[in-house]
Amino acid sequence: MAAATASRSGLRSALPLLAPAYLWMTVAIFLPLSAMVFFSFMTELPLSGKPWAFTLGNYAAFFSQSLYLTLLLASLRLGLEVTLWCIVIGYPAAYVLAKVLKGRSREAIFLLVILPFWSNGLVRIFSWAMVLREGGILDTALNAVLPFKINIDLMYSYPAVIIGLVHSYVPYMVLTCYLTLQAIDDSLIEAGRSLGASRLQVLKRVIIPLSMPGLVAGAALIFVPVVGSFMEPRILGGRTGTFYGTVIEDQFVAVFNWPLGAALSFILLAVVLVILAVASPVLKRAA
Amino acid sequence: MAGVQVSNVSRSFGAHKALDDVSIDFADGGFYALLGPSGSGKTTLLRQIAGFDFPDSGRIAIGGESVERVPVEKRRIGMVFQNYALFPNMSVADNVAFGLSVRGEAKAVIATEVQRALDLVQLGKLGGRRPHQLSGGQRQRVALARAIVTKPRVLLLDEPLGALDKALRVDMQIELKRIQREIRITTIFVTHDQEEALTMSDRIGILRDGRLVQEGPPEEIYDRPKSEFAATFLGDANIFRGDSTGSGIRLADGTAIAAGAGATLTAGAKASCAVRPERIRIATDVGASESNANMLRGQVSKRIFAGNNSTYFVERAGQTLKVIVQNTGIERLAEGQDVVLCWSPESTVLIAG
Repeated sequence: MAAATASRSGLRSALPLLAPAYLWMTVAIFLPLSAMVFFSFMTELPLSGKPWAFTLGNYAAFFSQSLYLTLLLASLRLGLEVTLWCIVIGYPAAYVLAKVLKGRSREAIFLLVILPFWSNGLVRIFSWAMVLREGGILDTALNAVLPFKINIDLMYSYPAVIIGLVHSYVPYMVLTCYLTLQAIDDSLIEAGRSLGASRLQVLKRVIIPLSMPGLVAGAALIFVPVVGSFMEPRILGGRTGTFYGTVIEDQFVAVFNWPLGAALSFILLAVVLVILAVASPVLKRAA
Repeated sequence: MAGVQVSNVSRSFGAHKALDDVSIDFADGGFYALLGPSGSGKTTLLRQIAGFDFPDSGRIAIGGESVERVPVEKRRIGMVFQNYALFPNMSVADNVAFGLSVRGEAKAVIATEVQRALDLVQLGKLGGRRPHQLSGGQRQRVALARAIVTKPRVLLLDEPLGALDKALRVDMQIELKRIQREIRITTIFVTHDQEEALTMSDRIGILRDGRLVQEGPPEEIYDRPKSEFAATFLGDANIFRGDSTGSGIRLADGTAIAAGAGATLTAGAKASCAVRPERIRIATDVGASESNANMLRGQVSKRIFAGNNSTYFVERAGQTLKVIVQNTGIERLAEGQDVVLCWSPESTVLIAG
């Protein structure tokens, strides 16, 4: 009954609160995005002064050249791997933050988790380049400690791309999982253990199911941008770093084929939406 | 099922002594209340028995087996939490099944046991519901069913009725007592509600500042409190302070109060006497048969009418005494009236000061 009253009298009074966000979304996202939809059906960029016509060719290009599909699958795999690593690294950290640490030590560790957010993306990636290349920080440090000679040159490799992306995106996983884990009452954990469940059984049957919304939110926040990422693959991946995102970037920055770039991004958007739509009932059942 | 022995258990958190050399023997099949104000250590003691926390020193035995370093999941206890702590991601039946399921029992066995436990708490038809679809009292019953379905050796209850309203709480008290009798399980019940402790338990342990103040059956603690704290925390009491005469005390103004029970004290020591408000007779003049009774004169300062009884506050030598009189419809005293208070020495308990 309370909800019904709120929706009747609430919408009108809520309008001034909603308007700024929706106006901004319309101007800043919807308009450029519709322009991009428009471009994706053109033969030429209208800004260049050349004659142009409507075409489906940009979308057809995706299906006629197997390279695009291969790259899309590589990007989806990249997204999946980065998301999994973020769960593996981020979830335990979130658990310790939410359930083990208290007070000042929690604040300090929290700051360390948030820190990547506050540093510039490019700086972050180039500092990884310093660490990962041959003769770089990692190579030098390991050779200084280890008695035998090893060569560590991760630069321009698939692992380097993964490392860079995981570093950039793991805070999302920590934050979303932290929020759901913190909402779990400690007495639920105690109740589970009093019923004879080991810590691992409590984790599996109580904590993970209850923190599923955080895991799903974190995974969605990470998977989607990683599939379209181009900066980390280009800088840390070098020649091995050609992914769907870098191809789109090329169309806009190097080749100046905006229509093809736009079409490729909308195909990506469609694929990602389909994946999320298919995954959501499965995840809902799990949660 | 088994008894629980707590011997010389101490536990400190930093400089704070939460438990200080506590020893209690919980006999097999008994219903015990641990009673005390907040911060008295009663919940800490329960958590030591459960195994959520380990004592710094001392011994805890369940069924004769030392468990003070055994983690909670290996102690075979059942626990009911103040906020019920039902798993929100599971149905009622799955909540109850949890303990059997982590133990790896067969599905058919689990189904039978769960149904039996739910029937016992009279929720046999609600197994398919989710915890959030239940009322507070129903959640409490589910929590109880979940705790006893594994056939634990001891049932531990941490203020289990604290979140329920008064009427429901009385229902649940009766229900809890019935179930406890039916399955004959050693039950330890933490509460700060003295009435709950009195009505439900076979024995009560009163804790204060981490120490066990007194332990015994409710009648004994009520009739023979060993300290002023026990006398005033469990029920109401009028306390007189003075010097011991061996069989009573002498107040500062020379009035003697005879005590028929309590500590044996040498004459001259500091001592006090406790009298329950309902044991004092209040009248306008001295009666004939009151020859050996304790007697004081005072003036009614206030009267509170509560239907079946009235509480009189009587001023006497700077002290306010409380007298509770059943409403027999015979006599009502007005505020400001001079009165005589009489009570027998048998109703007076001598307490070491």
